Order: sequence, then structure tokens, then C-alpha cells
Amino acid sequence: MIALAIIAALMLASAALALSRRNLIHSALLLIFTWAGIAAFYLWAGAEFIAFAQVLIYVGAVSMIVLFAVLLTRRGEEPEIARDSRRRVIPALIAGAAVAGVIGYAVLATPFDLPDGRAPAIQVRQLGFQLMGPQIVSLLVAGVVLTVALIGATILASTEPERRASDDNARGAPPEEKR
Amino acid sequence: MSAGSSSFLEHAPLAARDWVVSIFPAPLQWLVHHLITIVGVLAVFGLFFAFLTVVERKLLGRIQNRYGPNRTGPFGLLQPFADAVKALTKEDIVPARADKLLHFLAPVVVCTFALMTFAVIPFGRELIPVELDAAVLYFFAAGAATELAIFMAGWSSRNKYSLLAAMRALAQLISYELPLLLTVIPVVMLAGTLSTQHIVLAQEGWTFGVIPHWNILTPWGALGFVIFLIATLAETNRSPFDLPEAESELIAGHLTEYSGFKYALFFMAEYFGMTALCGLGVTLFLGGWQAPCEFLQFIPSYVWFGVKLFALVLVLIWIRGTLLRLRIDQLTRLSWKFLVPLALINLLNAAFWFVSADLPWPGQIARWGISIALVVLPFISIGRRLSAGLGPRTYHYA
Repeated sequence: MIALAIIAALMLASAALALSRRNLIHSALLLIFTWAGIAAFYLWAGAEFIAFAQVLIYVGAVSMIVLFAVLLTRRGEEPEIARDSRRRVIPALIAGAAVAGVIGYAVLATPFDLPDGRAPAIQVRQLGFQLMGPQIVSLLVAGVVLTVALIGATILASTEPERRASDDNARGAPPEEKR
Repeated sequence: MSAGSSSFLEHAPLAARDWVVSIFPAPLQWLVHHLITIVGVLAVFGLFFAFLTVVERKLLGRIQNRYGPNRTGPFGLLQPFADAVKALTKEDIVPARADKLLHFLAPVVVCTFALMTFAVIPFGRELIPVELDAAVLYFFAAGAATELAIFMAGWSSRNKYSLLAAMRALAQLISYELPLLLTVIPVVMLAGTLSTQHIVLAQEGWTFGVIPHWNILTPWGALGFVIFLIATLAETNRSPFDLPEAESELIAGHLTEYSGFKYALFFMAEYFGMTALCGLGVTLFLGGWQAPCEFLQFIPSYVWFGVKLFALVLVLIWIRGTLLRLRIDQLTRLSWKFLVPLALINLLNAAFWFVSADLPWPGQIARWGISIALVVLPFISIGRRLSAGLGPRTYHYA
């Protein structure tokens, strides 16, 4: 239980820091640390496979997308956020409460019918058979969605946009107009 | 299974550990047990790293028709310790505008995670630091942090050349992660497990007592091993894929602003990563700690693992001394247009190999024929298409 408390405290602290930092790269790195904390939580709960998959996907892959997105989209020297972000507190609270509500409802509505109250030790093999057997539809749907995303990204990246005069004007415009 | 005479040496490391553990009081025993494992891995691979640098420099020297280091100690054997003292006593320079914390954390992260990958490699029949059910996944999860560390190093230096080089390094790492994983999947698929120890056990046995049942001796395994080796070279920034830190033209890329022991840590992490990936390659394709012939089983399994690991590392050094550095466009093209399609076809090939395992005797010949054809034909056709219009070159000398 102490381990869980430490993991939760580290996760919440890094998440709070990620929200409060003005430097986007610092925020992104703290967010990645939070994701690693989620993996630690899975490990604590005995779900090895999910924990390693979490690290592989979030720390290895999604983190790169986030960092590349931050680096490629920022303009100017410092990736500082404007101070007006405090005005968005109420929409942020509403969105956060909605997500928390959905997740909380899902947790409460799921029946945990464990005989002795302990998490079952599941082998990767059983997970594989579950995924390839009863859950095959969701696996295929996920595969199709990812393939579509991949093809879309390739098309976006491989087609050169036609250069027009207005494009060049837009590129030279100050970043304030974009917001 | 194992011969009687080998059983003492086979158990010797474990027996020594258990003896040391038994000295300590019972409540501390679990801690001592784990600490000994960690210290053992650190000591063995720390020394392996140290002497690998000597071996590499001497071997590269011989390839380039010179001696290599031979001044420090007998045959230059004390060179790594001299290098360590040099790295420790050098001034540690941090750029004035650098992000101090991240600049410090990057070498720590890269070295920590490179060492963590050793935890799941089975060094012997009973020598495996942590036996995990999802060990292969753990290996790549621990390796995933390398990319993050390279980004941190490049960004925190506040040097545009460092940052650009870090982005190039990331592009390379991400490009070659895919063929690397795609060659691991067939092995996992045929062994039916993600546990490294069970993957080694699945390659147990000999035909006629001399031909081992290693994955590399199947058509899909041979191609998979070659792709794995190429991807290993690229993932660990080894020549001919060392353009992230091409020291002769890019002033060491994302490591430009690093000096002293921090630089040495990056260097160490690179060698640890290379050793760990070679260890995984030995585990997946070369039968792990299995002896190559049945009558050679009297030699302890960890010796076999060490021999194979050292041989594979020597091959990497040999490649470094032989091949020229690629350009970045050649590098990404090689991965995405050649290695990834080949690895995908190889995955199908392995699936065919798995399905046709129980064919009767004449069917086995057809099985080998089809499987070899599935390796050779895509290789030739994709290779021909990619190299069309590229050669032959004519050189004009003044």
C-alpha cells in the first residue's frame, strides 16, 4: 500500500507540475514521467504485460510524437505559453470532471467478481488467446483504424502542397493571428 | 539432459550467491540476493565494456594496418582504466544557457535504461537476473527510453547543431525500431512465448547430435538474423550507421556539448546497448546458452553464451572496420523500402514454417524449398527494384 501511495504521489505531483510549467518541453517531459508512473502502477497491480506495453507505447512512441509536435509547431525562440491560460479554468474543470465522471462510472459499473479479492496472475499467452479469440473484432478494428491513420499520414507527408502567393503571406504572418 | 561432470560448474555461480546470502540474517536475505545479482551484472558487463574498448581499438588498428593501443600495461590491457581516470578528471563543461537539470539527466537516463535491459537476458541455464513472462517486451520497453534521453541531450544543450543531430538520431532510431521488432515477432510466434528463457529452451536439441535446432538455421531465421544485425547496428549508432555522432564531420552530434564523465556515460550506454542487443540476438537466433553440439555440453552454458556474445560483438567491430558510413537518405531508404518489406514477408514465411512443421518426409523438402524461395525471391526483386538506375558508376579522374 505504501508503494501505491508513493507512485500515486509522484504521478500527481508530476502531472500538476506538467500543467503549471511555462516551458512546453518541460511539460511534455513531465507528462512522459506521469505515463511511466502509470506503468509503475500497472506493475504494482501485477499486470506485467500492460505495464511494459504502456512504457513501450507511451514512453517510447507517443512521447516522440508529443515532442516532435512541440518542436515542429512552435514559433520563435522560447516555447512560452501566454499568461491568459488562467481564463480557461472553468472549461478545463468541466472537461476534467466529464472525463473523471466517465472513467469513474466505468470503474463502478464493471463487476469485479474475484473469488478471493486478489488479482489473477494472467500469462501473456492467455492474453494472446483472449485477443485472438473472443476479442478479435476489437483487435481488427484497432488495426484498421491505425492502418487508415498511417495511410493518411503518408499521403499528407508525400503530397507537396501547391505553392501560392497567399501561402507565403500566411507563413510570414506573426503568430498572434493564428490563435 | 546436461552431462554430470558439468553440473558443478553449471551451478557454481548460483551456489556462491546462495552461500553469501546465507551469511546474512534472514530479514536481509532477499535484499542481499537481489543486490548480488545487480552487482554481478554490473561487474561482469562493466569489465566486458572496459575490455571491449581495448579489443575494438586493437582490432580496428589491425584492420587499418597499425598496432592500436599497446603502451599501457601488457599489450595495452590497462588502457580502459587509464581512459576512465582521464574521463573522471576532465573538466565537466555545461553550456551557460543549457537546461542544467536535463543536461545532467540525459546521460544518467541513457545509461540506467541501457543497463536495465540486461535484466532479462538468460546468461546460462540457470543464470537469468529476472525471469519475466513478458521478457522480450520488457527488453524493448527499457530500450525505449534511449530515444528520450537522446532528445533530452540534444534539446537541453541549447545548441542548434545538437538539436538537429538529435532529431536525425531519433529519425534513425525510429526507422530501425520497426525492422528490429518485426524480426523478433517470428521468433516469439514460433516459440509461443515472450519469455527469453523459454525461447532458448524452444531451440534445444540437435539433429544427429551435431546440428543444433537454432533459429538461425532455418530460412526465415537466417534472414531475420541478418535484418536483426543491421537494425542492431543502426539502433546502437554503430558504423556504418554512426551518422548521429559522425565524429569526423558532425562533431559528435547531440553529444557536442558533453564533456568529461557525462560523455563517457553516453559512450558506455552505447556499448551496453550494443552488448544487450547482441545478447538478445544470441538468445533469439543463436540458441542462447545452448551448446552447438551435443557432446560439447560439458562446457557450462554461461561459457557458451559468453563465446557467442563475444563472437557477435566481434562481427559488429569487423563491420565497423569494413563499411563506409551511409548518407541519411540512404539510411532511411534502406530501412523503410528494403528491410521493413523483407521483414514483413519474413513474418509470413515464419507463419508458413510454423504451419508446415508436421509434414511427412517428402513434404519437408518442399517446405525448405518454399521457405528458401520466400527469402531469396523478395530479396532479389526488391533489391533489384531499389537499385535500378543507380549503377554502374563511372569515375572520371583528372
